[in-house]
Amino acid sequence: MASAFMQGVGATTALSSANYKNSCFASPRSLPERKGSFFVIRSDGSLSSGLNPRNSRRGTLSTNAVATKQDNVTASTASKPGHELLLFEALREGLEEEMDRDPRVCVMGEDVGHYGGSYKVTKGLATKFGDLRVLDTPIAENSFTGMAIGAAMTGLRPIVEGMNMGFLLLAFNQISNNCGMLHYTSGGQFKIPVVIRGPGGVGRQLGAEHSQRLESYFQSIPGIQMVACSTPYNAKGLMKAAIRSENPVILFEHVLLYNLKERIPDEEYVLNLEEAEMVRPGEHVTILTYSRMRYHVMQAAKTLVNKGYDPEVIDIRSLKPFDLYTIGNSVKKTHRVLIVEECMRTGGIGASLTASINENFHDYLDAPIVCLSSQDVPTPYAGVLEEWTVVQPAQIVAAVEQLCQ
Amino acid sequence: MAQLTQRAATFQRTLSAAAFSVSSTRCLNTASTSPITVETSLPFTGHKIDPPSRSVETTPQELLSFFRDMALMRRMEIAADSLYKAKLIRGFCHLYDGQEAVAVGMEAAITKKDCIITAYRDHCIFLGRGGTLLEAFAELMGRKDGCSKGKGGSMHFYKKEGGFYGGHGIVGAQVPLGCGLAFAQKYSKDENVTFAMYGDGAANQGQLFEALNMAALWDLPAILVCENNHYGMGTAEWRAAKSPAYYKRGDYVPGLKVDGMDALAVKQACKFAKEYALKNGPIILEMDTYRYHGHSMSDPGSTYRTRDEISGIRQERDPIERIRKLILSHDLATEKELKDTEKEVRKEVDEAIAQAKESPLPDPSELFTNVYVKGLGVEAFGADRKELRAVLP
Repeated sequence: MASAFMQGVGATTALSSANYKNSCFASPRSLPERKGSFFVIRSDGSLSSGLNPRNSRRGTLSTNAVATKQDNVTASTASKPGHELLLFEALREGLEEEMDRDPRVCVMGEDVGHYGGSYKVTKGLATKFGDLRVLDTPIAENSFTGMAIGAAMTGLRPIVEGMNMGFLLLAFNQISNNCGMLHYTSGGQFKIPVVIRGPGGVGRQLGAEHSQRLESYFQSIPGIQMVACSTPYNAKGLMKAAIRSENPVILFEHVLLYNLKERIPDEEYVLNLEEAEMVRPGEHVTILTYSRMRYHVMQAAKTLVNKGYDPEVIDIRSLKPFDLYTIGNSVKKTHRVLIVEECMRTGGIGASLTASINENFHDYLDAPIVCLSSQDVPTPYAGVLEEWTVVQPAQIVAAVEQLCQ
Repeated sequence: MAQLTQRAATFQRTLSAAAFSVSSTRCLNTASTSPITVETSLPFTGHKIDPPSRSVETTPQELLSFFRDMALMRRMEIAADSLYKAKLIRGFCHLYDGQEAVAVGMEAAITKKDCIITAYRDHCIFLGRGGTLLEAFAELMGRKDGCSKGKGGSMHFYKKEGGFYGGHGIVGAQVPLGCGLAFAQKYSKDENVTFAMYGDGAANQGQLFEALNMAALWDLPAILVCENNHYGMGTAEWRAAKSPAYYKRGDYVPGLKVDGMDALAVKQACKFAKEYALKNGPIILEMDTYRYHGHSMSDPGSTYRTRDEISGIRQERDPIERIRKLILSHDLATEKELKDTEKEVRKEVDEAIAQAKESPLPDPSELFTNVYVKGLGVEAFGADRKELRAVLP
């Protein structure tokens, strides 16, 4: 497991600015401005160097940090000041900063207050902000999600924590009909700036009902945005961006990634919700992945590099909408795509992504898109079976080898 | 004076045993604000709470406005019926006629800063919260000038400035939303309350009890109003609920049963509930009311109840007739003046319909507006960003 590596949000500049003019669709973002300086990327094209004016620290964003080909380069991180923390602490930091910044931000969920959160993401926040702002709810997902949405209609910015993403299935009606659709059906009168977050994914023998991946169920709901974090750096950045967004955002975390350690900048930064992350630039094949599968891919990448391949790894991060800009530029370069995801095969994120890429970039593909996803089975308890449900690095290596024949 | 009261008494319903008592001098037709005290026709029944008194303070101005507002709502719903049959309104259309007293009585007791949220039978409550007839009809006909720009429809009327939060299609889902509104009110400490309305059918939804538990736990200023029109679509309340005493279903939450066809009783109950909720947390109000139409326009409304029942209620308990009799008995207006008001209201509704018919259909580009709010890192593109590009407002 990679423990520390730098990712650059703007690392795509080096690769794609040349292609910008030739891209098949104009992005409203003005790409040339993304080189070199520190700023917050806003997708409406405007920039702000330095974030919140109320914040005394100058906001900086390291956009040009190069994604190194080696994963564990602690040497390069030691030169950059910052502080080391675990992913759940990064989430907490992002949450705390946003709660400090805006008094309307509040958290609600099961055991988030006095207990500190079942994954310690909200630890200490209840003592600091009070019981109303970090609200311990009874076990009633449907109604406390509904409550959060109702509160959001009046201007509060609640963050709903599902103890496990699978429990949010009980709140599906609220998320789909009220959260996603209210802005539209009210003709724009109400904004629903909620963040719904929680851990999902296959853990260590947690059983079928606690190992669900809900990205595939939520992806067709109009009006919501979905992002998946995978490192402490992007966890904090995405958490902050999700809280500041005026739209409902579902932030997918992964049970097994909470203890990842990384060095992150001291300065404040907010990442773009719709952007993919270039983890490792390459030439031969584009590997698209997100969340925990990123680490399986990077492990496979080590093997592949030893075998002489040069995979380009992109962590798509934004599950709805897809960052087809970054993905497209990569496809145009490598002409081969492999999608590695933890979602189910049927109707998963990979399925939508395959369709999207085929539709938009068909001419650039030299081979059919290969999508490696989890098996369409309930996750078994037995360790060996559970391992086989999920995509393993060996399968990724085999798939790349076949793709690049 | 006694003779006058006697004559006034004979004016009223001959069937029911209720009696009005007048304790102030008769006022002339000047819409004055001098108080009149009226007794509600039926007493309130409380559950774990002392019910408020039956004597309601009102003024001639208020009574006349009740009459006008209810006549307007009634007229609007009947006009919507004809528009639906003329296929100008499509889809679902749930009409509120018969239940106007609840909307009007509630408005009289609260301010626009208090929030109301209800289910799909929302046309009249929208009007009560400050919505205009044009916005209502245009929305029903799917035009641009509708309150939701034609994109919501009959079940999605909203008015943010008026504190009206809709307008929801899924039965029961609005109650947790209502508790969320109350939570926000408690969070910002602004001394307002939320009325979360639902029907007798929705009273059996689990999320209602979940929300009630949370509201009671945190003393949220939420007032849950069950508009019991005795039929959940086609199923009578005794066939759907083991305990049709919906005001008692809150168990640890106090409840009040109110005659929902009496606007003054509704007003008294809502005023009482608001005072209670601001101090003590949630309370349930059960409004005993009735709808003349079927559940929606596709339901004739006569397969599960008899026409005699419907016409019986119309004769005995119609909310508009009740106010009319009250006005006439107190000589606040003459019969002719009230008829004129009704004609005026009819004209207003017809004009609004004509205007709404002129309103243009939404632009095709409106398909993609308001899906997302323009903000940090957000653009309204579809998953592939290519075809579904929209020009954001």
